[in-house]
Amino acid sequence: MIDTLTMMILLGAFLFTTGVVIIVTKKNAIMMLLGIELMLNASNINLVAFNQSHPATIDGQMFAIFVILVAVCETAIGLALVLRVYQYYQTSVPDELNELKG
Amino acid sequence: MNTAVIAQYFFITTTALSALAIVLSKSVFKAALWFLLCLLSIAALFILSYAEFTAITQILIYAGGVLVIILFGIMFTSKLAAKPLLVESTNLFGGAVAGILTLGLLANLIVDNLKNTTSVENAPRAVEAIGILLMTDYTLPFEVIGVLLLVTLVGAAVISAFMKLKRQ
Repeated sequence: MIDTLTMMILLGAFLFTTGVVIIVTKKNAIMMLLGIELMLNASNINLVAFNQSHPATIDGQMFAIFVILVAVCETAIGLALVLRVYQYYQTSVPDELNELKG
Repeated sequence: MNTAVIAQYFFITTTALSALAIVLSKSVFKAALWFLLCLLSIAALFILSYAEFTAITQILIYAGGVLVIILFGIMFTSKLAAKPLLVESTNLFGGAVAGILTLGLLANLIVDNLKNTTSVENAPRAVEAIGILLMTDYTLPFEVIGVLLLVTLVGAAVISAFMKLKRQ
């Protein structure tokens, strides 16, 4: 029987992998943002799980809260950029933005 | 095996399955809804790990804020309002290779290095301690996060401000 800490860390690894796969395979910019969010959540799971094995301090939870706040900023700016690009090019697929290609 | 452990395994399963469903779903809107299930399961896992404040922050900010922003983005970038925004997959081979390599490396390292760990039954009351820490040890990051949020607010407003700008 695997203990729960190992299970949580393995879940973090799995979520990170899913984020990588989404970023590599999906074409839409919003889906790529979802992948980045999944990777940040994987780091949060690691922080909270390791914090549980050191109950005297709660630095892991503090770090998780700061990671969540930075992720919010990243999503807001990222979606603003996606909307701007969509206004200009009428598409949200990064592969179709090829104006600078010679 | 007590109830908490069973609940923890249940939520680990739902998190993993909803993350997998994001990868497999064709519609961006459905992917966002699976992402919501993933976030709520992670919040439940945080509560089971004695991190209540982080769980509440996760629900409020992620499930409440980020998901609504993403849904707005999906609605603004679909060409026809009635049709769902579909996404195509590309680079399937590269994605599979990157996924297998990343998961294999991480799982190998984790299983090798986490053999002798002790699990803890009780934790101190976290909310009170987080409040004290924010005002003592973590004052500088707290202020920096405040400035970052302000900059994000102004930046997002400026970037997405309505201007008539279209490719000829």
